[in-house]
Amino acid sequence: MTLLSSSRPRTADRAPQVVAARHPWRWVATAVVLVLLAQLAHGLVTNPGWDWPTFAGYFFEKSVLNALLVTLELTVAGAVLGFLGGIVLAAMRLSPNPVLHAVSWTYTWVFRSVPLIVQLLFWANLGYLYDTLQFGVPFGPGFAEVETLHLVSSFGAALLGLALHEAAYAGEIVRAGIISVDQGQREAAAALGIPRGRQFRRILLPQAMRAILPAAANELVNLLKGTSVVYVLAIGELFYQVQVVYGRSGRVVPLLMVATVWYVVLTAVLSILQYYVERRFARGALRTLPPTPWQRLRAAVTK
Amino acid sequence: MSHPMLEVRGVHKHFGTQEVLHGIDLTAETGSVTVVLGPSGSGKSTLLRCVNHLEKVDSGQVRVDGELIGYRQSGDRLHELSERHILRQRAGIGFVFQNFNLFPHLTALENIAEAPIAALRRSPSEAHGYARELLDRVGLADKASAYPRQLSGGQQQRVAIARALALDPKLVLFDEPTSALDPELVGEVLDVMRGLARTGTTMVVVTHEIGFAREAADTVVFLDAGRVVEQGPPAQVLDAPRHDRTRAFLSKVLT
Repeated sequence: MTLLSSSRPRTADRAPQVVAARHPWRWVATAVVLVLLAQLAHGLVTNPGWDWPTFAGYFFEKSVLNALLVTLELTVAGAVLGFLGGIVLAAMRLSPNPVLHAVSWTYTWVFRSVPLIVQLLFWANLGYLYDTLQFGVPFGPGFAEVETLHLVSSFGAALLGLALHEAAYAGEIVRAGIISVDQGQREAAAALGIPRGRQFRRILLPQAMRAILPAAANELVNLLKGTSVVYVLAIGELFYQVQVVYGRSGRVVPLLMVATVWYVVLTAVLSILQYYVERRFARGALRTLPPTPWQRLRAAVTK
Repeated sequence: MSHPMLEVRGVHKHFGTQEVLHGIDLTAETGSVTVVLGPSGSGKSTLLRCVNHLEKVDSGQVRVDGELIGYRQSGDRLHELSERHILRQRAGIGFVFQNFNLFPHLTALENIAEAPIAALRRSPSEAHGYARELLDRVGLADKASAYPRQLSGGQQQRVAIARALALDPKLVLFDEPTSALDPELVGEVLDVMRGLARTGTTMVVVTHEIGFAREAADTVVFLDAGRVVEQGPPAQVLDAPRHDRTRAFLSKVLT
């Protein structure tokens, strides 16, 4: 005891040392999660049912890649048309004109009510309702006439269905963004005599984008996976194609995994893109932007 | 024929069933500073917003530099102008908001240069050059590339004043420019406004800053319940008010 008291100053003379609280349950939870993950990985590797050689054989197979391209086409075209429609719907909904307002509201109500798959089947059977479509004066003479079957191919029907469905959701997303911008911003722009179109493009939209982007990215991912529903129209997109392959070979699980992994990869690409686009629109909203994961990694390595 | 810079005649305005302005008459000569005082809810802000047609008047007329604002007169009818035309009229009238309303996604410089580029079709380089000059005038030459959120309230309001001046307006309206500021930041904004008053800018200022009114105003207007109760030089309205309501108001704000 005498040795201790001589080598260390007495407690009263120095500031007490801080000891962080211990969290034993965190260690328990970590252990449980790690064991479960190890089991999962073990199963994926050892269970022959996954049939990884077949998976590898079909992942970059030509018909699968072609189908992937169709999926991407449907997603991009559906998103572009859907969001263009959404911007129009949002503008109508926010307009003081009661007719435009009501039409926009009704559109959103109808197209959110009808399941996508039902709607797609309707469009594919448009020829049953109308043999020909005519362009001309409403209720008057027509200038041009087309057979419905020629105008609306099954790809066209799928795209139409996806875009109309998407527009209803996109309209609400765009509207949410616009009403989230402080009323004072529009007033300030109006007081400065900035023309209406430029008020929207330069002042309102960039601020609305902060609220629009996360929801829009969500919707885009939904759409990407939603394209799998158009298999009902026998269009050779990713999900339809893997069904065709496993219909022949009977190897259901590895081919479903082919489609699954491609959807996961595309969603990952979209998520990374979303991160950087959101960051760009955060300028001015935060005092300083946090570093990107890449910048953090570089800082950690060079330190 | 010479005319006042601002002429408000018989302006009425109501929101729903509530009448906010009961026939306001007001004139401001070129180069003069008019301070509008009054209790909250007296219609001061509404009056100011009617001057640049952010609010539509129910009846009466507003003229800036002789030009009827928001309407075109033919015979005994007033036809509302197209939005494009109204926006062009607004470009000649600066407006400074209580909450600054700077564009948060644009830098201080871009905030100021936006209207000259958009409304006057100036080239960006010309507009940015002038914006730098204006930032220097409000004492913020070093803040050109700062975003509004990186500035203090007083600095933001000074940028907002520079933004209002960027169109070389004939008339600048201030809607309680210091009411949203911490007390120690009020002075820097009032200094900028005093500087403007000295250089002959025609200003109409809604404020509770009696000191500013006494020092800088040519005319003080006291508004209560949507009516002009009394107006005149500050020495008269502030130091020898003729109306009980003016006296009651001043005794409250001056304590």
